[in-house]
Amino acid sequence: MQKRGLSFYLLAAFFAVFVLFLYGPTITIAILSFQGPQGGLTFPMNGTSLHWFRNLYEQQAVGDIWGSFRRSMALGLIVMAVTVLVSVMGGLAFRHRFRGSTVLFYLVITSLIIPSILISLGVGILFNLLDWNVHWATSGLGSQLTWTLPFGLLIMFAVFNRFDASFEEAARDLGATNWQTLKYVVLPIIAPSLIGVALFGFTLSYDEFARTLLTAGSYNTLPLEIYGMTTSVTTPVLYALGTLTTMFSFVMIGLALLLVWRSRRTAGAS
Amino acid sequence: MAHSGTARTLKSWLLVSPLTAILGLFLLVPVVVIVMVSFWGSSAYSYYPAFIFENYEFLFTSQVTLSVYLKTLTFTFITWALCLAIGFTVAYFLAFHIHSLTWQISLFLLCTIPFWTSNIIRMISWIPFLGRNGIANNTLQQWGWTDEPLDWLLFSDFAVILAFVHLFTLFMIVPIFNTMMRIDRSLIEAARDAGASSRQILQHVIVPLTKPGIMIGSIFVVTLVMGDFITVRFMSGGQSASVGRMISNEIGLLQYPAASASAVVLLLTVLLMVAAMLRMVDIRKEL
Repeated sequence: MQKRGLSFYLLAAFFAVFVLFLYGPTITIAILSFQGPQGGLTFPMNGTSLHWFRNLYEQQAVGDIWGSFRRSMALGLIVMAVTVLVSVMGGLAFRHRFRGSTVLFYLVITSLIIPSILISLGVGILFNLLDWNVHWATSGLGSQLTWTLPFGLLIMFAVFNRFDASFEEAARDLGATNWQTLKYVVLPIIAPSLIGVALFGFTLSYDEFARTLLTAGSYNTLPLEIYGMTTSVTTPVLYALGTLTTMFSFVMIGLALLLVWRSRRTAGAS
Repeated sequence: MAHSGTARTLKSWLLVSPLTAILGLFLLVPVVVIVMVSFWGSSAYSYYPAFIFENYEFLFTSQVTLSVYLKTLTFTFITWALCLAIGFTVAYFLAFHIHSLTWQISLFLLCTIPFWTSNIIRMISWIPFLGRNGIANNTLQQWGWTDEPLDWLLFSDFAVILAFVHLFTLFMIVPIFNTMMRIDRSLIEAARDAGASSRQILQHVIVPLTKPGIMIGSIFVVTLVMGDFITVRFMSGGQSASVGRMISNEIGLLQYPAASASAVVLLLTVLLMVAAMLRMVDIRKEL
């Protein structure tokens, strides 16, 4: 390997600035959410306090954030479960070409790149015409799946493209049925990737806004609630909420990474 | 293989049936409904079945449409160029200048983690930076670069593009890094042995081989910006227009047929742009 030249340090500096650009604003509002009770939306800090975090618990100060948090949490878990299941099934099917697979593949890609507002509008009108009530657990769920499923499927495609089929052949040679091969050979091997799919499913749903806008009905999910707050709330309580949500996302990501790391290690050990 | 062709097709379709059902009901049918309603008529608060071209006529004869599309395309182009420049540089650094796999993965994760956090919160977090009394303005005044706070930092086109780049650069980094990691390192050795400078290697070996990743990243960035309506509304303080905002305004006024016509035109525009980009890459090979 050649020595680290000037270009390495220039690129490293560029990278550092980029990371600062990525995280700087988030860190700033994390600091500002500890503003004193008289503090405003920008620096300087007017003392430090937990005032704005306490404020989150007061019903009248903000909207129904805890209700919307519970709904987002429930919706995220449902989306996660459906995304994992449907992606694995789809991934298994797409290991071989079948009649219509190309059309379906492009449908998945379309789902990924279609402007979100079309999903929101289309599902909204569809439910309206059918006289169905839009609700976060029906129309909201379906709309979010059009965003999470493509990610889940693309991960599964990548996983199965690299999958060594000789493991399955070995299992079959030893007399395993298709189901046993799937359960004892294929699924354990792809397990770490499934954690990734689950992470995508949960967090993309938990933060989803554009596709839920017209499809969540009268009970808001958390991002919708926050979006509503941006026009009416002008105190650091917004930052406190933002900081809590981001912390929650970080915990989820950390948990997923830890699980991936552990399952990789046990897979390596056995 | 024990399976006959038909049995295998049947099994495959059974496996993808939930996927097909979900995408059918929440993607395909809604798009068909939008196309249908775009020909419907509307009164002040309701809309009714018809087959009229009024919505399209209005759309194509309105001066606003053209200027809104130009504005959106400008946002898209600038954001794309910046995301590409930043994304390529970051991916190049990670793929070719970091030599330990652990470090590569860790730094890559550092770039991708914000993807799993809330976009709205990330937009809100620019307020203390760019506001009238924000960090940027205070710093600029302290350094004596301006006498009074700059108003165009927050709630402006500048803020919109800044937020786009902030939110979407990682959509460029991930596919480009992915393609770069699969470039056979011996090709670079060979180029170096043949006397190529680092610059020539970058230009004649790495960039051509990274094209598929660049294309995929570009598709993401272009479609995300073209269809956006929240970032533009929030970061411009409601002052800037975009196609997505136009549609969301029409939805707000319950003008579903007009919104549908705008949505159809937007969808066609985006699909045309994507088709043009897809001609240059086979995505199925890139997974």
